[in-house]
Amino acid sequence: MSHGQNFSRRDFIKISSIFLAGSTALSAGAAQAFSGAGSSVGDEGSKVVYSFCEHCFWRCGIAAHVRDGKVYKITGSDHHPLSQGKLCPRGTGGTGLLYDPDRLAYPLIRETKGGKQFYRKASWDEAITLVAEKLYGIKEQYGPGALAMLHHGYGVSFFKNMFSQIGVNKYAKPSYDLCCGPARQATVLTYGYPSDTPEGFDMKNSKYMVFFGTHFGENMHNTAVQEISEGIRNGAKIVVFDPRFSTLAGKAQHWLPIKPATDIAMMQGLMHVLISENLYDKAFVEAHTVGFGELWDSVKDMTPEKVSAITDIPADAIRTVAREYAFHAPAAFVHSGRRTNWYGDALQRIRAIHILNALVGNFKMPGGVVAFQKFPLVQPPPTHEHPAYEKEVHSKYPFFPDDEPSNTIASHEIVQQAISGEVKGLLIYGVNLPETMTLGRDKAIEAMKKAEFVVAVDVLPSEVTGYADVVLPECTYLERYDDLDNGRAFRTPFVALRQPAVPPMYDSKPGNQIAKMITEKWGIHGAFPPSVEKGLDKKLKLVGSSLAEIKKKGVLVMPETDLYRKPGEPLNLKTPSGKVELASARLKAGGFDAVPKYTAHPEPPTGFYRMLTGRKPMLTFGRTANNRFLGDLATAKENEVWVNNRIAEKHSLENGEYVHLKNQDGVVSEFPVKVKVTQRIRTDAVYMVHGFGHTSAKLTWAHKRGASHNQLISRTEIDPAMGAVGFQNNFVTFIKEA
Amino acid sequence: MVIDTRVCVGCSACVYACKQENNVPEGYCRDWVVQESGGEYPKLTMENRSERCQHCENAPCVTYCPTRASHYAEDGTVQINRSLCTGCKACMAACPYDARYVHPEGYVDKCSLCKHRIEQGLETACVSICPTGSLNLVDFNNMDEKTKELLKGKIVYRQKEHAGTEPSLQWISASNKPGA
Repeated sequence: MSHGQNFSRRDFIKISSIFLAGSTALSAGAAQAFSGAGSSVGDEGSKVVYSFCEHCFWRCGIAAHVRDGKVYKITGSDHHPLSQGKLCPRGTGGTGLLYDPDRLAYPLIRETKGGKQFYRKASWDEAITLVAEKLYGIKEQYGPGALAMLHHGYGVSFFKNMFSQIGVNKYAKPSYDLCCGPARQATVLTYGYPSDTPEGFDMKNSKYMVFFGTHFGENMHNTAVQEISEGIRNGAKIVVFDPRFSTLAGKAQHWLPIKPATDIAMMQGLMHVLISENLYDKAFVEAHTVGFGELWDSVKDMTPEKVSAITDIPADAIRTVAREYAFHAPAAFVHSGRRTNWYGDALQRIRAIHILNALVGNFKMPGGVVAFQKFPLVQPPPTHEHPAYEKEVHSKYPFFPDDEPSNTIASHEIVQQAISGEVKGLLIYGVNLPETMTLGRDKAIEAMKKAEFVVAVDVLPSEVTGYADVVLPECTYLERYDDLDNGRAFRTPFVALRQPAVPPMYDSKPGNQIAKMITEKWGIHGAFPPSVEKGLDKKLKLVGSSLAEIKKKGVLVMPETDLYRKPGEPLNLKTPSGKVELASARLKAGGFDAVPKYTAHPEPPTGFYRMLTGRKPMLTFGRTANNRFLGDLATAKENEVWVNNRIAEKHSLENGEYVHLKNQDGVVSEFPVKVKVTQRIRTDAVYMVHGFGHTSAKLTWAHKRGASHNQLISRTEIDPAMGAVGFQNNFVTFIKEA
Repeated sequence: MVIDTRVCVGCSACVYACKQENNVPEGYCRDWVVQESGGEYPKLTMENRSERCQHCENAPCVTYCPTRASHYAEDGTVQINRSLCTGCKACMAACPYDARYVHPEGYVDKCSLCKHRIEQGLETACVSICPTGSLNLVDFNNMDEKTKELLKGKIVYRQKEHAGTEPSLQWISASNKPGA
């Protein structure tokens, strides 16, 4: 084999269709199963397998209905606390992934012949041998810091275990940087504990829920949507600050079409009213918080009139929301949202949300902020001593977490380190890097081209697989065991099992086997249990259960915990002060603002519009882009660009016509996108769903559908405190079809 | 059915669950979601609805079906006997709710209110999956307390009542004020 330096710069290879599932004899069966084979309940020879979903990070419990060796239906598990028998479309759509005719079917190895690069089909042993050699060689030559992993998905634990055997722990999760990271760290800094999923809000018991730009209903976070619905049925009022009339805004008593990038000003304005009108909970603030004086100093000039001029929301409306919020408190909250890292100040933005909550004393009160608990699994002792050179954190950002073993560096730092040559080897697990928001598409591709060795573990021939030296086809979550899931905190703490509903199709393998094979190729034995089942059983025995027991319902559930504080109860928070930190001494010591302060962000150039993004309820970006079952509805087939009717008129755009988009740096969308002319968005912004416009022709469904949001990101703002990446300072205009 | 549009987010879980449960062919569906918005910026309104056959008490599809394929079942639902259906589409022309389609195999198809599930004591696929609890299966002849409470004091409507079809789907309007 001739791998090595001649591949340090690599071209994108179109994976030949003969290596994909659609070409194999099995594809006929798969297609048949996809269209289903009739349906009824409780047939003989059929079974229900309880597991958890992988179509988004929420990880709901699912019931996979199997007949004649095929999954014909997926419903919500009645036993799992996060689904409670209900499921969003993506959960049901698992069959569309399992029976996707485009699936990767065999290991692939990059070859060069006559100056031309191509993939050839390889045996597992050959592919694993090559991966093991290359990764180990890089570690030996350059040290463990030259290897890094980008990951997304619950199967990654086995690869972390694999890498830790050779002292590598440079891991990044792009979703952390663009989604949950700032909320986690803002919660640590304010309350002393990390935020969780579901977010800690007692939604079903709330009387007044305030949301800033988060799109429940369009992001189908099952449990949260269930609880908001229950709240609405119980008479709760909803307030939505959003430049777009989202589905959630459609449920709101007040939709406030705030000027994008001014949320922190609005939050400061609300604080101003709460404090200046004596509406805040003085007893709570005095007993349980620090930094009130500093907070007031920072918001005393932020009058509703001043904030109105910044945010484009009438001063009276600001007063009304603040007064109603205080009236309904403590059964009221401002939600911390999800995927709201937009302008590089997300940490401070979510700190401002936490402060708005603390001011009304809703902490651990019915309908307010709560801390859900996790199932206390006992961790077996580690199989090896961690080498001394393993760091807790590799990130250069001072408030990047140092207690997250799966996430030790920001994903854009890995991209940059691969470009600079510090990182030589990349393992990319379940991340479609060119279409994932790190530093934009070009930088992602440059990183993969510059790395000496790239291995991609994936289910589908997504764009990332075209840049790998070796592609390892993992089977889907419906065909494998993964680690136990006690990572979700909720009213009834639980641990859930992922188990196969059907055996792996084609020549795909579960991640647990792939990672074990590589580790054993390094001559390291005993790092993994003899079988994944034995490992799970051992962990479950430590809590008095067994694999056999959990397999029956897919979950072990504890009784409901008490979420509310008693009068006079001390909070015992793990912040430096032991209290809720309105002003953060840690941030101040790090050279950052101790209290959140609004700063202005760039404005769109004339004729350009700020590009906002979100999602459709039946899709999770790349995870579902090629899913024919989910793509079957008209609303799911492509993304549209939402354009305000007045702006459409100005640019002579008709509803339904196709345009290309061009951003402020001259990047033009590769594919055209359909225009949706609507009153549902402000005149200074447009909106498009992320996850469309795929360039890989081997994604035969997703290819050329809609336009790529990621392609149009050429400017990013990194949060200087904790490294989250913001991407909404990109502006687009329209190029009409000739 | 009582459909509470106050909570529906139009996620289409009902549509996909139905497609899977009833083996609805690619490109077709028996239920569908409508998102209707109105008003003038910034005073906009929205209603999301999961729609399907209304299982009318005076169903024009049954009246106009020349072969008696469309018929009332004993439980009051409107059903189609596929072996009698010639695919003539008279029912489709008669239905004011556009609830029917021609199955690629030649017969007309629509929501059966998951008859096969109801007979086994289960809820319909759409009702059982709905994360918001917007969809409620109700026996209007024998209404339980929970449903009475749900409807109490609310603006509730039926679609195209003027058509005289006596539809058995009732809609809790999204225009209801909180706590109504």
